Order: sequence, then structure tokens, then C-alpha cells
Amino acid sequence: MSETEEMGEELAIATLPLDAWHRAKGARMVEFAGYHMPIQYEGIMAEHLWTRESAGLFDVSHMGQLVLSGDGVAEALETLVPGDISALKPGRMRYSLLLAEDGGILDDLMITNTGHSLYMVVNGAVKWDDIAHLREHLPDAVDMNLLDDQALLALQGPKAVEILTALGIRPEFDDIVPVDRLVFMQAGPYLWGEVRLGVSRSGYTGEDGFEISVPAEHVAALADALCANDAVRPIGLGARDSLRLEAGLPLYGHDLDPATDPVEGDLGFAISKRRREEANFPGAARILGHLADGAPRKRVGLTVEGKLPVREGARLFDGNREVGIVTSGGFAPSVGAPIAMGYVPRDHAAPGTALAAEVRGKRVPVAVAAMPFVPHRYVRKMGA
Amino acid sequence: MPRYYTEEHEWIDVDGDVATVGITDFAQGQLGDIVFVEVPDTGAELAKGGDAAVVESVKAASDVYAPVDGVVTEGNGQLEEDPALVNSDPEGEGWFFRMTLADKSQLDGLMNAAAYKQFCDGL
Repeated sequence: MSETEEMGEELAIATLPLDAWHRAKGARMVEFAGYHMPIQYEGIMAEHLWTRESAGLFDVSHMGQLVLSGDGVAEALETLVPGDISALKPGRMRYSLLLAEDGGILDDLMITNTGHSLYMVVNGAVKWDDIAHLREHLPDAVDMNLLDDQALLALQGPKAVEILTALGIRPEFDDIVPVDRLVFMQAGPYLWGEVRLGVSRSGYTGEDGFEISVPAEHVAALADALCANDAVRPIGLGARDSLRLEAGLPLYGHDLDPATDPVEGDLGFAISKRRREEANFPGAARILGHLADGAPRKRVGLTVEGKLPVREGARLFDGNREVGIVTSGGFAPSVGAPIAMGYVPRDHAAPGTALAAEVRGKRVPVAVAAMPFVPHRYVRKMGA
Repeated sequence: MPRYYTEEHEWIDVDGDVATVGITDFAQGQLGDIVFVEVPDTGAELAKGGDAAVVESVKAASDVYAPVDGVVTEGNGQLEEDPALVNSDPEGEGWFFRMTLADKSQLDGLMNAAAYKQFCDGL
């Protein structure tokens, strides 16, 4: 028996601040993005379902945490991303895309206005490329710092808010709301005892939840404090992947890459209205053309008939004609069936379109489906 | 009925000229939750070391190789309905397929339970 999909090996695999913590929790470690990372603890299926019904703690410290500051930083960053960063209010965050000259996606990222800087979280696998690209294209007046002594945790699931509240985290300043009053895509500075935390209401599972930036020296204590609550279990990369797939969220390097523009990637929402009008972001001609006329191909969700998982790389057919490719796929624990996402021509992108995926020489019936596969449960508004 | 093990984490029960093949408890533990098993068709000719079956966990697809030469006499149809049997009873109800033994001398190169345990401990 041997795995046919092994993760690539790299030289000099680095360890994250929680490495020993993961191993003590019984994690199986794999190499991912140049780091030893936990793929699972008790099992992907159980971890996935636990996150949807209670709360899961994810270590995402491999991701790049960057701070950009200096005069005109928002305007400068807008030369590289299609979002309206100048209009981003303090304490607000936005999903955006680092675009190449031709409009291809170099990375997807989160940008937060801290009030005095822009805090960004970028994908671990491409963070060094991102840094090089940003440094090359941003003016010298913009300072860029990689927060490599900060760890990053995500607490996700319907019980995340009560768990984080019970931890006694308090706002660092008077004008900051308590963590339970944050809404989706809102962030702020908080204190856990004397430890400074950056907390945002965001995540990558489709559930309500938080992402917490914490100094590396305190992350094990914070993880222990969170897991002291019986409602919290540590969750590995395996369930992180199945959760985000069910939520319809693309994974950079698989569902998005430099050959794909935001419209093809079904991420048109990331191109802000003002930026469309000004048409001054990288690849604007191509991207605005695709927004107006439709892109030749589009990222779509796929439901799968039967139980055979359809995975990344499976070719998609309309009859005998090859029309597309699967970029992510697997068994979806909350759906109880295999699901996938992939790229198809625009005339095959309507939900319900019947196609077949090729798996080990067999044709598996699939159908284009609206995403997410599991409804998002973001908290967008505060009740009275 | 002697049971043999391979370095690819399969077990083989030999009963006369027929062998029953599955994956070991160690293997299912490594794979995690099994969501799909593809067993070979009856009559399929297998060559030692060649692809025989596929087992899919949530995470990935893995090949199961034929431990010896022979012809498939039966696939475990229960796994189609309940692939998690491989997790719950890997060395019993979760068997994969039965096959004839074309060359019994091929069994000589396989491990017994004690040797396999030692092999796993060394991984």
C-alpha cells in the first residue's frame, strides 16, 4: 500500500511554535508549506464534525503575518490589489488578491486596517514570493515587517464566541468592542492578561469564529487555555481542508494560481466598485473585460454521484469532450458525500449542468452546484 | 490457518489454495477514516506487487498491491455499502478480496505476525 498523493518534501523543514504542543496532543505531523504541521489528531472526520457542532482550534502559524505602514500605504497597496483599501475603516478587514501585471492571482490574502497600519495575512506556501513582490513594487516610503515572532490561531465553530468570551479577553482600548461584539470581518487589539492579541472575527471554515494573532512565546499557554474548555478540540490541516471545501472557499495553489484571474476564480466580489470605475489595478483590462462579458472559464462547485471521491487533477468531460479539470475534491463529512470544485467553460457553469469526472479510467457523474455546499454561519450583524 | 503480512501493510490468510487479503490495523490507523474501497473484479488476474485495489480516506487515495500472483475469486461486496468496516474491523469483516495462489513459494518472502509487529515498531 502506498499513498498516491503524497505531500512534497522540501529541504530544511521548519518547526512552528506549537510543534511540541501538537505532538503532545497526538497529532500526526506532515510537511506543509515548508513546516511540520499537524494533519490530524483523532481523525479528520471527527475533527471536521466537531468544528461544525462545537469549536475547533487550528494552528495556522505557517501563514505570513505582514504589517505595512507609512504615508500613503493604502494607496500604494492598491497598485497591487483590486480592493478599495483606502476606504477600509479602522478595525475592518477585507479579502483581497495580490495580482500580477496580467491580472493573474499571485495570492489571496486578508487585509486589516489597524488604524495606523495595514495588517495582512498571506498564504504560508507563497509568503516569501509575496514579500519579494511587495518589496519590489511598493515605494520605499512604505515599511514592511514580517511578524515572524507572532503565532496565529483560529478558533472556529458555533461555540467559538462563548469560549473566547469565557477566556476573559478584554479590549486594549476604550473604543474597542468586546470580542463577542465583533462582527464578521471586524478586528481589534485585545489583552489576555498582559498578553497582547490581535483578534478578528473571521476564518476559513464557513463557521462563526475568530483568528488570533499572539506572540509565539505565549501561544502554547493560549492554546492550552482554549483547550481547557471541553467544547474545544485541536483540529488538523486535513479537516481544515474539508471544512473550507464545503464552505466553497478556494485554496491558493490548487483552486487559484497565476494563470487564473479573479473573475475566472469566481472572486469578482473582491474587485471593489471604485476600483472598477478607476480601472487602475494590475490586469484591469483583462479583468474588467471578463466582468463585462464573462470569463471563458469559471470556478464552480461540483456534486458527485455515488461514493467515489473525485480529487484534484481529475479531468471533466461533457460526453467525450474534455471541458475542464477538478482543482479540489474529496469526501465532505457534513454533506455525507464526495464534493469537488473545478474549472469549466462558462457555457458549462450553470448549476445543474451534468458532466463526468474521470477517476482511474472510470467516468463518474458529477453536476455543477452552487457553493457553499454547507451554509455559511458568519455573524454579520449584532443583535440588540 | 497461517496469516502472513507484507511490508505494504497487507495481511494474507491462506486456506489451502485460496488466500484472503486485507489491510492491517496499522494501515487503517495511518489512513484514517475510509470513505471508499474499490475491490478487484472476480476473475481479475493479479501479479505480485501490481495494483489490486484502491482505498480512499478523507485525505487521499492509496493503492493496495497484490501480495502474490493469482486470480481473484471474490471481492468483499460489503465494503461498497460500508467502507468504514476497514476502520472498525480491518483484519476481519473488512477484508478486501479472495484470490487463488498461483505460486505458494511466494509466501516464503512474507512476514509472520511477530516479524510484522517488529517491522511496524521500526517505522
